[in-house]
Parts: sequence; C-alpha cells; structure tokens
Amino acid sequence: MTTLPDTTQAGQKKLGLVIDLDTCVGCQACAVSCKEWNTQGYSAPLTDLEPYGPDPAGAWLNRIHGYETGEGDNARGLHFPRSCLHCETPACVTVCPTGASYKRAEDGIVLVNPDTCIGCKLCSWACPYGAREYDQDDGVMKKCTLCVDRIYNENLEPEDRKPACVKACPTGARHFGDLGDENSDVSKLVEARGGFDLLPQMDYKPVNKYLPPRPRRDKAGGVKSAPLETVGKGDGSLAERVFSWIDEVLS
Amino acid sequence: MHPAYSVILFTTASGAGYGLLALLGLTGASHGSVSDFWFGAVSMLVALGLITAGLLSSTFHLGHPERAWRAFSQWRSSWLSREGVLAVATYIPACLFGLLWVLPDSNETLLAVLGVVTAILATVTVICTAMIYASLSTIRAWRHWMVVPVYVIFSVATGAVLLFALASVFGRSGIPALGVITIVALVLAGLAKLVYWISIDNMKPIYTMGDATGLGGDVRQWELPHTSENYIQSEMGFRVARKHAQKLRMIVGACLVAALVLVWAAFGFEGNAAPVFAMLAVVLASIGAVVERWLFFAQAKHVVSLFYGEQSV
Repeated sequence: MTTLPDTTQAGQKKLGLVIDLDTCVGCQACAVSCKEWNTQGYSAPLTDLEPYGPDPAGAWLNRIHGYETGEGDNARGLHFPRSCLHCETPACVTVCPTGASYKRAEDGIVLVNPDTCIGCKLCSWACPYGAREYDQDDGVMKKCTLCVDRIYNENLEPEDRKPACVKACPTGARHFGDLGDENSDVSKLVEARGGFDLLPQMDYKPVNKYLPPRPRRDKAGGVKSAPLETVGKGDGSLAERVFSWIDEVLS
Repeated sequence: MHPAYSVILFTTASGAGYGLLALLGLTGASHGSVSDFWFGAVSMLVALGLITAGLLSSTFHLGHPERAWRAFSQWRSSWLSREGVLAVATYIPACLFGLLWVLPDSNETLLAVLGVVTAILATVTVICTAMIYASLSTIRAWRHWMVVPVYVIFSVATGAVLLFALASVFGRSGIPALGVITIVALVLAGLAKLVYWISIDNMKPIYTMGDATGLGGDVRQWELPHTSENYIQSEMGFRVARKHAQKLRMIVGACLVAALVLVWAAFGFEGNAAPVFAMLAVVLASIGAVVERWLFFAQAKHVVSLFYGEQSV
C-alpha cells in the first residue's frame, strides 16, 4: 500500500545511516560492496549493460560525488556519498500506482517489491535525491534496501548484521542505527557533530543524516621547520662539526 | 526531463480524444439524438480510438506492461493510479452515451445525463493526467498552477478542432456555435501557454547546490561518481530541446494561429474546400500540441540536477 504508515508515534524505529563528510576519503568501497551484496540478494541482479564496453551503464544504489567548497586558501574538496535517505514522508512511495513502493511501518525502511513494480519510473521523478535507478534489464526500479536482508539475517554473525556499505567503509565514515531513538549511538553522533538533512525545505524529512566537515586547520600550531642554513651551527660538539663538514662538502 | 515519445503521444492523443468526447457528450446532452447516424458513429469511434491508442501507448514505456493492471490499486495516494481508474471508468458512460446518441428515439433525459457524466469524467481524467506532473514538488516548472488549466484547455482545443473537422466532413462546417467554440478554445490554449511560459521564465531559483549537499554557500562539482551517463542524468538531465526552446515555442504559436485561420476559412467556405481546410487545421493543431508537450518535458528541470553540477533550480 503506497499510503504512508503513521510514523509519528514516540519510540518509532527509524533505521538509517549517518554519513561523515569529514572522514569520507572517496575510496568507493561502500559503492562497490553495495553493488556486490545487492546484485546477489533481495531483488534481481543490479544489471550492468556493456560493463567492459566504451559506454558502460548500470544500476547502482550508492554514488560517491566529489564537491569543492570555499575559495582560495579556504577551498576544500570533499567526497559525498549519495543513496536513499529513507525519508519519513517519501513522495516516491505515495506516487506509486501499484503499491510496489512502500515504507515499512516497523522500521521505516523504504523498499520496492520487484514482483509488482511495473517500471513506470514515476517514483524516480518524485525523489529529489536521485536515489532510485531504473534497471533496464529487469524493467523495475532499484533502490537502497538498507540491506534489509543483512540487518535481520540470523545466518550472519551479529557483527555482520549491518548494511554492506557500513561494513566496508575503511575510515568509519558510515554509521548505521536507529535515528528514532534519541539515545542511540547514531543519534548522539548527530547531536554532537551537528548532523544535517539534505534539502530540508522540500519537507521529505530524510532519516539519513550527514555530518559536516570539521573546521579546517590551516596552521600546525605555529611550529616552523628549522631553516637549512643553521644545520650544524649548534653547540660545537664533535657530531655537530662532522655534520657541518658533510653539509659543506655536499653544498 | 527526458521527453519519452510514448508519454507525449499518450498525453496529446488521449487529451484530444477526451476533449472530443466531452464535447460530444455536451452536444448530445443539449441537442438530443444525433441527426446523422454516420457522423455520430464516426465521431464516437474517433474519440474512443484516440483515447484507447493513447492509453495503450502509455504502457509502452513501462518496464512490465503485462503488470499494468496493478496500477488501478493505489488511487488513494497516486494520481497515476487515479488517472488509470478514471480512464477505464469513463468508457462505461461513454459507450452507453454513444449507443443512445446514434440510435433514434432514445430517452432524452437518459441521454442528457449520460452525456454530462461522460463529459465530466473525460475532463476529470485529463485533470488527473495533469496532476501526475503538477503533484511533483521536485520539478518546479510542473508544480505550477497553470499546468492543470493548460492540459484541460489543450484537450478541449484539440478536441474542438477534431469535432469541427468531423462536422465539416459531414457537411456541417457552418454551425456557428461550433466554429466559435473552436476558435475561442484555440485562442485560450495559446494564451494559457503564453502565460505559463512567461511565468516559468521568470521563476527565481529557490534551491541551490549548497542546499542539496547541505554544505551551504558556494559549492562546485569536481568529480562525478561515474564515467558515463547514468539513469538519473539521462532521465532527469535532458537538455537537447532547451537550446531550441524559443524557436519551438514560435512553432507552437504559429501552428495554433494557422489552425485558427483554417477553421475560420472552413467556416466561411462551407463548400468542398471546408473539409480540406478543417483537416489541415487538425494536423496543425496536433503538431502544435505535440511540440508543446515535448517542451513541457524537455524544459522542466529536476531538483536532482543540483547533485550533477546545476548551481540552482
């Protein structure tokens, strides 16, 4: 059913990701491991067309952009992973004519049923975040499942019951948890680091949060490296004089 | 937005069909049974044929057309579903009306009720089609108060030109009310589109790359996530027609004006030339509607383009 579940009650579980733009190094490991897991799991394979051809195309559920902010000395580059934000009021769900798109009442995960999706693509038009990609081969829409087939999977070790992207991140820039619980680790992290929503004015109420880059440190505490000329002109010890002689020979 | 041919064909063909159907319903409701059986039968077949062709073509762009029946289920939340339900529902009064209208000695009251119900359902179906687009807050040029009126007016205008042409073929181009309705509808269609274009051209951007990324201020893109165009870019980042937008708009305007002049001419000539002029008007009005619909898609910018280098939308 594409009408949304009531998720306004206190204690409502809102599973999602917190992505740290400060520590993401843009290695693409999350995107690759997402593709690897999801091409063999829940839905049909995430098709790649002409993967080794001149113009490869395919469905990916996680894309890592590179952006630059600031000017001159204050300019900085950062990597920006973009995937489904599992919004609280996702228009992608309500526009679906078949009921294939739905938001789970129990944990807020937004999913597509690949057996009832007709591939009309309207949901991808309704998403401001570009989270849904059409699979030309399967003729259905694909999106991040928050690895719903991992996080509750009792065949996996407890420490592996996390989204594949979170498991793969080498810098710990991706965090998974219940953002509906204000005492959860992810909620505390968002609170401490000033986590934010993307396009909050569009009122989709994304569950996933992004952590801003920390303030830039331009100077390393005023410590300057010693100038080259003073090498060996120190206390006059034997070692100093030997180094001084080598310095002269080499100069 | 990528202008899929199947969707353009669907919205223009079924739009003209519903416009014609609504006008036929109102004609039947006000005039009773049709005096010429063949005129009635051919008109109803053209209307229902265009609607059916449009609806079928709309399933061509689906990944799974065989599952299209599922789209009737979510009318509570989805305008696309509502449109599907109403499109099918309209057939029932329309077919009954068509039968009663072409048969002699039908019950006048029943005919009038069926005609009005058919006209209302046809109009509401077109409104649902427009609402599919007008309900998307991600595309500002579509979430515009003029989108629904423009869809309805174009539907009525193209339907009216069709009805005028059909009447001409059956030797009735001289009906004053029909000529006036057709010309007024064409003028309104042109004016509505002009107001819409001026309005979207003057729309100030409200979302920036800084809002989309949450980084605020001046944000620039230095690396794309992929080496070749992905679905998001090909579907939502369509640009080809934008550079020709002004010329294409002129073509829409020229087509509508030419159609209007031809209708006027056919109205004046009531002889053998009238059907030729009127059919030519149908061709021109159709070209105008198709180009207008193409621009409606091609010129619409999606918010997601902010993640792909567009500075503001």
